[in-house]
Amino acid sequence: MAKEITTAEIPEDMELVYRRPESLTAAHTHYCPGCTHGVIHRLVAEVLDELGVRERTIGIAPVGCSVLAYYYFNVDMAEAAHGRAPAMATGLKRVSPDKVVFTYQGDGDLAAIGTAEIVQAANRGELITTIFVNNAIYGMTGGQMAPTTLPGQVTTSSPTGRDVETAGFPIRMAELLGGLPGAVYVTRQAVLDVPGIRRTKKAIKLAFRTQLEGLGFSMVEVLSTCSTNWHMGPLEALEWAREHMVSYFPLGDTKVTDAVQALTKKR
Amino acid sequence: MAKELLEGNAAIAEAAIRAGVEAFYGYPITPQTEVLEHFSKRMPEEGRVFLQAESEIASINMVYGAASAGARVMSSSSSPGISLMQEGLSYIACSEVPAVLINIMRGGPGLGNVQPSQGDYFQAVKTTGHGDFHMIVLAPANVQEAIDYVVLAFDLAEKYRTIAMVVADGAIGQMMEPAELPPMRPVRPPGERPSWALTGAKGRKPNIITSLYLGAENLEEVNLRLQAKLRRIAENEVRWKEHDTEDADLLLVAFGTVGRVCQTVVREARRRGMKVGLVRPVTLWPFPTARLAELARQVRGMLVVEMNAGQMVEDVRLAVEGACPVRFYGRMGGVIPLPDDILPELEKLDAELKAQGRG
Repeated sequence: MAKEITTAEIPEDMELVYRRPESLTAAHTHYCPGCTHGVIHRLVAEVLDELGVRERTIGIAPVGCSVLAYYYFNVDMAEAAHGRAPAMATGLKRVSPDKVVFTYQGDGDLAAIGTAEIVQAANRGELITTIFVNNAIYGMTGGQMAPTTLPGQVTTSSPTGRDVETAGFPIRMAELLGGLPGAVYVTRQAVLDVPGIRRTKKAIKLAFRTQLEGLGFSMVEVLSTCSTNWHMGPLEALEWAREHMVSYFPLGDTKVTDAVQALTKKR
Repeated sequence: MAKELLEGNAAIAEAAIRAGVEAFYGYPITPQTEVLEHFSKRMPEEGRVFLQAESEIASINMVYGAASAGARVMSSSSSPGISLMQEGLSYIACSEVPAVLINIMRGGPGLGNVQPSQGDYFQAVKTTGHGDFHMIVLAPANVQEAIDYVVLAFDLAEKYRTIAMVVADGAIGQMMEPAELPPMRPVRPPGERPSWALTGAKGRKPNIITSLYLGAENLEEVNLRLQAKLRRIAENEVRWKEHDTEDADLLLVAFGTVGRVCQTVVREARRRGMKVGLVRPVTLWPFPTARLAELARQVRGMLVVEMNAGQMVEDVRLAVEGACPVRFYGRMGGVIPLPDDILPELEKLDAELKAQGRG
């Protein structure tokens, strides 16, 4: 592990411009080279730091590639059963209303096996924040078709490409959840380039502020890549996602209530 | 506190409230729905959490979440609903967070019916979920015991950081009889939650509640710890009740509703000159194995009576290890065996034993 320098060790003629957020641990992640989970983890951690809520935040990790997220976030965390993170977060938040509770879920977890739990938690307006990482594939089990796999996309369980006649269509969760009255802030962002990463961070911050203000359920869907299971280099994967995913999963807000909109005007 | 006329299901819910339960998450299913309904009215009155979930799968995971936060929490359901909770129960068992669960059993398999049944004995004591674990399982035979065992379930669940389940059936859940509720315990303030709980990593390292241990040696270490805990429970928490066993040469073994019926059978059999006793297991897990092994050397034979096809009888036979004949009588589908059904079975056993020269 690389040695971390302390503030006192910084030479006088140098300025500290970038460091690990306090809300991330120093653990090396298990993520594949080119994976965007690391970027998204960092954005969430930066937001928790900036909002000053690390010491009262509780995260719920999913089953999927980010199953070990509890080693990387420097906050209290639980590991849910596959798809059940929103139910676990609900139970936890209801008995700990002063805590900041978030779920971090992938597409198989949230949009297939856990559809009931996320829809119902959103519809109840649970005061939790969901970070939904959509990379159009089951990563951890080795690249099977996900609920978000694009039409024609080849995976290990759709070897001739996703056939919508038999496998149905990729599901647009931000649109689905945005239509529910309990969900007050739902947006889809992408970490496929630097401007997108900046917009994603802004959205994550607004989602947590929505929770802190007690306004209702908030979710940020983040379009992401999976170089390994897409069988592409990292740059090629980013390009593929920009070209193919964004057209099926359009970026932008699917729900912003007036109360949430008002938050964007005050700092 | 004086005795009141109480309905079993409502009494179970009120007992939990008196025991300081902070949150209830559940889903309607007959014949336990009155538990949920009682909580829906009383929890808001007490300023506590009630939430009707979208499914039993969600209910048990809400319980898992609240238990991870160190809150005193429970759910209740009936047989098909418990099947849906099995995934969550396995995670809770491995994560070692305390949780209390009620199963007001109904006839099965499948949708079955809503009549009283003990068809979930195997599920409760042996096949609760995937992986190696047991729950503490308490079986009341009347409304008073249902109240008492709900309170006990919370104490045991928290003492051992495990799952405690109270199993009954619609006969107990929907019957009204006089019983006494315990005094109201104060609810533990959120500031006094256990040190392992998820309360925010303030001034300490983060706490993690997980059931994932990727290394074989790591998971085996957890397994060994869980098994050591289960052995401690088995050593310290076995409970059963006995009726007329001192001089008995025939023994009835039955739990719950039919255990209560068997108390009548003992009286009637004794009136007919048979020296019959009854052992009524209160903890189905851990099972009163040692006591039954001891009685197997005293009696000529045993008759196990259940409202299923013969489930607990397997544990009785394991305890007896062939030391005396063990016969079984059971009814299924929601039929409660009555004394007139059971007495001929006892007489048949008696005659069989005499024919074998075990007069």
